[in-house]
Amino acid sequence: MQSLNPSVNDFVIRFANVNGTGSASANKMFATSIFKMGIPVTAKNIFPSNIQGLPTWYEVRINDKGYLGRRDGLDIMVCLNPQSIKRDVEAVRPGGYFLYDSTKYLVKEFIREDVHYLGIPMTEICNTSFEDPRYRQLLKNMVYVGALSALLDIEHQVLKDIIHSEFKNKEKLIAPNEQALQMGIDYARKHFDCPLDIRVERRNLNGDSIVMDGNTACALGAIYAGATVAAWYPITPSTSVVSSFEKYANKLRVDKENGLKNFAVVQAEDELSAVGIAIGANWNGARGFTATSGPGLSLMNEFLGLAYFAEIPVVLVDVQRGGPSTGMPTRTQQSDLMMAAYASHGDTKHVLLFPSNPKECFEHTAYAFDLAERLQTPVIVMTDLDLGMNEHLSPPLKWDDKRKYDRGKVLNAEQLEKIEKWGRYLDIDGDGVPYRTLPGTHPIKGAYFTRGSSHDEFARYTEDSHTYVHIMDRLLLKWNTAKKLVYAPQIYNQPSQSSIGILFFGTTTYAALEAIDLLNEEGIKLDALRITAFPFQDSIEKFIQEHKTVFIIEQNRDAQMKKILSNELEIDKRKLISILNYDGTPITANFIHQSISRITTQSLTLQQ
Amino acid sequence: MSYIKPKFHHPELPVNRLGFTKKEYEGVISTLCSGCGHDSISAAIVQACFEMNIQPHQVAKLSGIGCSSKTPAYFLNNSHGFNSVHGRMPSVATGAVLANRDLMYLGISGDGDSASIGIGQFVHSIRRNLNMTYIVMNNGCYGLTKGQDSATADVGSVSKSGNANQYTAIDLAGLALELGATFVARSFSGDKAQLIPLIKAGMSHHGFALIDVVSPCVTFNNNTGSTKSYDYVREHMEAVDTFDYVPYEKEITIEYKDGEALEVEMHDGSKVYLSKLAKDWDPFNRFSALNKLNESRAGGEILTGLIYIDEQSKDFHEMIHTVEKPLNQLTEQELCPGNEVLQRINDSFR
Repeated sequence: MQSLNPSVNDFVIRFANVNGTGSASANKMFATSIFKMGIPVTAKNIFPSNIQGLPTWYEVRINDKGYLGRRDGLDIMVCLNPQSIKRDVEAVRPGGYFLYDSTKYLVKEFIREDVHYLGIPMTEICNTSFEDPRYRQLLKNMVYVGALSALLDIEHQVLKDIIHSEFKNKEKLIAPNEQALQMGIDYARKHFDCPLDIRVERRNLNGDSIVMDGNTACALGAIYAGATVAAWYPITPSTSVVSSFEKYANKLRVDKENGLKNFAVVQAEDELSAVGIAIGANWNGARGFTATSGPGLSLMNEFLGLAYFAEIPVVLVDVQRGGPSTGMPTRTQQSDLMMAAYASHGDTKHVLLFPSNPKECFEHTAYAFDLAERLQTPVIVMTDLDLGMNEHLSPPLKWDDKRKYDRGKVLNAEQLEKIEKWGRYLDIDGDGVPYRTLPGTHPIKGAYFTRGSSHDEFARYTEDSHTYVHIMDRLLLKWNTAKKLVYAPQIYNQPSQSSIGILFFGTTTYAALEAIDLLNEEGIKLDALRITAFPFQDSIEKFIQEHKTVFIIEQNRDAQMKKILSNELEIDKRKLISILNYDGTPITANFIHQSISRITTQSLTLQQ
Repeated sequence: MSYIKPKFHHPELPVNRLGFTKKEYEGVISTLCSGCGHDSISAAIVQACFEMNIQPHQVAKLSGIGCSSKTPAYFLNNSHGFNSVHGRMPSVATGAVLANRDLMYLGISGDGDSASIGIGQFVHSIRRNLNMTYIVMNNGCYGLTKGQDSATADVGSVSKSGNANQYTAIDLAGLALELGATFVARSFSGDKAQLIPLIKAGMSHHGFALIDVVSPCVTFNNNTGSTKSYDYVREHMEAVDTFDYVPYEKEITIEYKDGEALEVEMHDGSKVYLSKLAKDWDPFNRFSALNKLNESRAGGEILTGLIYIDEQSKDFHEMIHTVEKPLNQLTEQELCPGNEVLQRINDSFR
């Protein structure tokens, strides 16, 4: 039978489990052991919107070169779910491995000639070794981890250490877990040639990297930025942003003597209230934020319009999921772009940031608070389920202790004293950003009325056309100031400039960078630009103008980023070609590679 | 339209302890209809704040959308105001209260704002017992859109169009009691003698103080058959108590006969003395208050006065254990755990 090319540290393995059977921690242990052997690894949860019972998958990619996006082609499938067995068998690439529970025989229709079957009677092993039914269920997972460690050559001690640290507070679980691990190792060694032709080998490639999910990183960004009010309404996949914020705030920001907290977390009654609370806190001078996903952002639209027009800072983290409507709550997409960019009725635009890894989630969230206060406007950190809920290999987080929060243009009592005539919406500096005051600052100066209805420079209600236009135009001037303050795009140019460019942002970055290398090997050279923020800096327009064809990678059906680029920039949109993946799973390098390869080859043929 | 009132005032106008005349508590000239009940409530707020010696800039006044929500422009010119979106004032107020616990918060809402579009936020602000005074200017109709019935319009109440309302009214005071509000009062815009001390008591209450004020709409709901018209309310009002509010700084001079009056001590030491008119009235008993409220409604009466108060009220900040110093005054040193801690966090992810 055909075999895979022998490879060290370069394969994809997927676990097919039943939701709620305790497989998540075993699968995570597997991925962690690879990380601890110094090998770049990435793991993705592919799970249903359900509490228990439905199929769930966990896909791990191991790659020495550090390609950590998804790649098509599955080398090993570990199948513990009879419900999904048909499609699980079909997913394995020819020559690959199918590891399954052989307590029961596989029926004929699941047997493929071009796949290696590794049957391990996990249920039987556990039933004969453990009495407690819960142990029998849970420890099946450790049996396959043990078998894999023998088959793939994972260092035994690394796994043992992980078990010890995982169960340091539940010591009685250590021995049975070690026993199950060993039973898996023993069975594999006895029945199969170990290791396989694909295996791992210790490296030192991870340096000081961390493995963290984006939501935790965003939460830490808010902690370090000094956010004091977090208001939210639970929604997948953003829920853990605020729960992590609360967890770390309880650890780091509570007075040890009296137990008093220098932060407030409010689980609001809905998303309307959540963003209202964050806006109220910012209006009154505290850093408030909320985290949400598509349906929540829909509900926040009205308030975002108020914050834009009344010029109130506020930070949102939007962890995007599959839409429209309730869509696919546990699947990933980048499909809130248009709504976030232009949220609310009337002429509005909002500052968006697009982090691509946990380190950037931390930095962008922390910077979002500075930006929001500097610009007195909403700033939305745009992540997605893939970045937010999956663990990613990332450079470590860093904080400059000398850093001061940029609280923007807030006048104190002394400053107000010196100013003869202050107007809330007067543009003194010519950058479109006025000076604000906080309630309670001065007995007779600086009070004003905040309103979402049309107002003049002194915050007085008016419907005077000239005044309205003046204020709306100043907001555009402020938008130009925002352009200068947001992150610059990252440009990865070829040594000699190519005529083809590629644009991407957020989590598509991983797969896009790998696809660029794959295309390079075929002789298709691409200059690349990663968009990191909206408003778009001029270099994006220049990049598009300088290339004959520009591919845009997006995870939505309607090419939303392409539309916003076409809307905002002076570019010929005919040269923008979309590569779209919107099935809810993270885009793969192969998909990008093949799509671009096909299009470029066709166009070359046409030219000839 | 917000033209400015003349700044000149008579040199011998009375001043309060802070040296302010009543003018310092006023706002711009009202643009509401002449005779609007809301303007009477604004005047009562001005009077209450003047008499309580409140520093105007220490008050934040918040509102939603509607006739009622326009009124914060008509009092306390030196206070920051916030005219938020329709029905969402409570959430903005929640954020503001969290940011700075040292200010006084005055929320102004209407029956459309609080009983319809904003009922979700209204009930949840009660659950959190935000330290604020929440005044509903309740006229049973939508004035800005020319007189549609609101959710507080009584069954059978006839609107200006001549149609009788068919739907059950939402009684905001009853709802608040049901939800565990710690201060519930109702009054009538035309009864200043009752309303002013109620506002004072509400502003001294430590927690969420609801004052539901029936405030007739002279233009769209003051007709025959309306249960929120001036005439109807005057005829059907039943005060459960009359009372005096005594600020804590002053010597207590109020006289009352034993067995007829009740003393309510506020958080700051000020007192409210209730002279009970309703013999069985116990403002500390939520259940009897609710019962009485329901009975009077069934009998077509409008119960007014301080309906319920919980003297031991614990406000939102106390519930969630926030620091004494206002959150908006905390600095980097107090908030940021620093890079060393971050490196330890990194270690836990390796």
